[in-house]
Amino acid sequence: MELGQLSAEVAIRASAKGRPREHAHSGDLARAGGRVFIYAALIVWTFIALFPLYWTFTTAFKLGRDVTQGHMIPWVDFAPSWKGWQSLGLSPDSIFQSWQSRDEFVKRFVNSIIVSLGASTLALALGSTVAYGLSRFNYRFGRWGNKDISFFFLSQLILPPVVLAMPFLVLYKALALLDTRIGLILVYTLMVLPIVIWVMRDQFDTIPTEIEQAALVDGCSIWGAFLRVILPIALPGMVAAFILSIVLCWNEYFFSSLLTGFDAQTLPVMVASQTGSQGINWWSMAALSTAAILPLVLIGIFLERYIVMGLTAGSGK
Amino acid sequence: MGLSVDGGKLEVLQTHPSDASAELGRWVFRLASAVLILVGVLQILDATGVADFGLTDWRPFLYAFLLWSVALGAHQVLTRGEAGQQALFVLPGLLFTLAMVIFPTLFGLYIAFTNWNLNGASSHHFNGLDNLITLWNDAYFWNALGNMVFYVLSVLVQYAIAFGLALLLNAEIRARKFFRVAFLLPFMLSPVAVSWMIGKSIMENRFGPAATLARYLGWEDPAFFTSPWIARTSIALMDGWVWIPFMIIMLLAGLQALPNDVKEAAKVDGASAWQMFKAITFPLMLPASMTAIVIRIIFELKLADIVINVTAGGPGGATDTVSSYIYRVYRDRSDIGYGTTIAEVYLILIIIFITLLLKATSRYMRKMV
Repeated sequence: MELGQLSAEVAIRASAKGRPREHAHSGDLARAGGRVFIYAALIVWTFIALFPLYWTFTTAFKLGRDVTQGHMIPWVDFAPSWKGWQSLGLSPDSIFQSWQSRDEFVKRFVNSIIVSLGASTLALALGSTVAYGLSRFNYRFGRWGNKDISFFFLSQLILPPVVLAMPFLVLYKALALLDTRIGLILVYTLMVLPIVIWVMRDQFDTIPTEIEQAALVDGCSIWGAFLRVILPIALPGMVAAFILSIVLCWNEYFFSSLLTGFDAQTLPVMVASQTGSQGINWWSMAALSTAAILPLVLIGIFLERYIVMGLTAGSGK
Repeated sequence: MGLSVDGGKLEVLQTHPSDASAELGRWVFRLASAVLILVGVLQILDATGVADFGLTDWRPFLYAFLLWSVALGAHQVLTRGEAGQQALFVLPGLLFTLAMVIFPTLFGLYIAFTNWNLNGASSHHFNGLDNLITLWNDAYFWNALGNMVFYVLSVLVQYAIAFGLALLLNAEIRARKFFRVAFLLPFMLSPVAVSWMIGKSIMENRFGPAATLARYLGWEDPAFFTSPWIARTSIALMDGWVWIPFMIIMLLAGLQALPNDVKEAAKVDGASAWQMFKAITFPLMLPASMTAIVIRIIFELKLADIVINVTAGGPGGATDTVSSYIYRVYRDRSDIGYGTTIAEVYLILIIIFITLLLKATSRYMRKMV
């Protein structure tokens, strides 16, 4: 599928180079007008997409009067201040001192990292094996064939979190899993598993079976062939599935707010609890939001290719 | 949207395990099952107070279940040989999902018929159809369901915008990579952060830039969350801001997979851009469009985070989604029983709706193609 995308892109580029010349004489003006429109529309949407980010990043360095007076551009109409970051204990003057609010923030941040990584890893392990099995073998579990198993996993996508939330609350209480990171990891694994299976299934379907056939002839067992031969080839798909899972887990709010409390609470719940309080300063809220979204903004910028690959899995066929 | 079973299947020589290993496999499984049942019985006796083994929680049963799962895997390999090794690929995922979904769903059905309240008296009991009758007379629930219709319809507007933007990204443009990343970024952000960034600060009545802009445009007293329709639209706008990137990506992938020669032929024929879109691009994009819309609707039905954090359902339930309403039933009243009833009814409605939607789209597609 990567190859397909690449060749599609190449084809588009090639035709883009060839086309304007052919029709250069027919309606230059209309074409120029069209191009102006295209770029204008692109820039307008870029503004819509990026302005809230710009606003949040800059507000994290504003003081109250900069907000009330509607100042927008740092150094031009307001002087950046570390006040917002200071309230998190992340400004230059507070970062080397012990700071209570920073301990809280770091705890939530670490929780988010552990839960996201843990759930994504577990989902990738469970999901890739399921996807590989469904891609390569014919199953019969009673009346269930491959199609039914696939459907069973994918149908989990329509389950809204509210349906599971309250039973989980009671269940986790009985299992002493409330407010634990492992409990949250299990729920998140369940949440992203269908997506991982979808992406990996698409990936395995593009790998010809001759590759394992050769490994089997060389004396590998099917698990040996899977682990040593197929997984390395399927690495791009695994990265895509993993990153997509991380994004979803990092942003999850509903389960975390219901199933965690003092110990295992994640970053979104902390952000939400701060939003609720009326007296909160804009600058500290903006600093907190910035810190919460920064990791994902970086992932979006540098790993865009994999996210697109994950989201478009299965649509290329 | 189901995955079709295609691609080659792997041909593997089936081996048959020896009688001894098959016998061992059967015994391992029997033993583990016995342990599971024993632990289960002990836990029930302890929980009901018949006997006291000093168990504080149900963890032992969880561990027994894990052990049983491992034994089941061993049993498959030992008794079925090659076929067992193959079963081992789907077994862990299947057991995990079954344990995590089936049990809570069934347990949820039980909770839904009780008056379970975390605040109230310590005991809860079966209350028959009371919850369903309450639900039938609950104006807030019907109101939230009505709002869901609005939110689902807003997906179509998002689709139109996303299609336009995907076409732009697919045009011959410079800096495509920059625009693609910029368009993707809103999708990466947590709805909770978006709630503050847009809902609570940019759309804030006094100092938010959106309010300033609205005042400049002649809206004297801009308030985005006080009158029902404006509040609902504001929520839909934020939701669109987060999710339009997702649709852009799906539609762009569809556009890039379109055969180029058809478009070239049309161009040579001298078709205008609009004619080309109407006669070629749009019909060819129908499958990709349908997939994008259906998946988006499925996600839209879970909409909650933004509503919970920006308006908490207000004003007067105008922005409530079913999920955010249930969240409030639980948070404000600790009413697990009734909250679960709503959730289960909602699930049934969703399943019916999605089934009809999939049927309708597949019929529509067959008619079109």
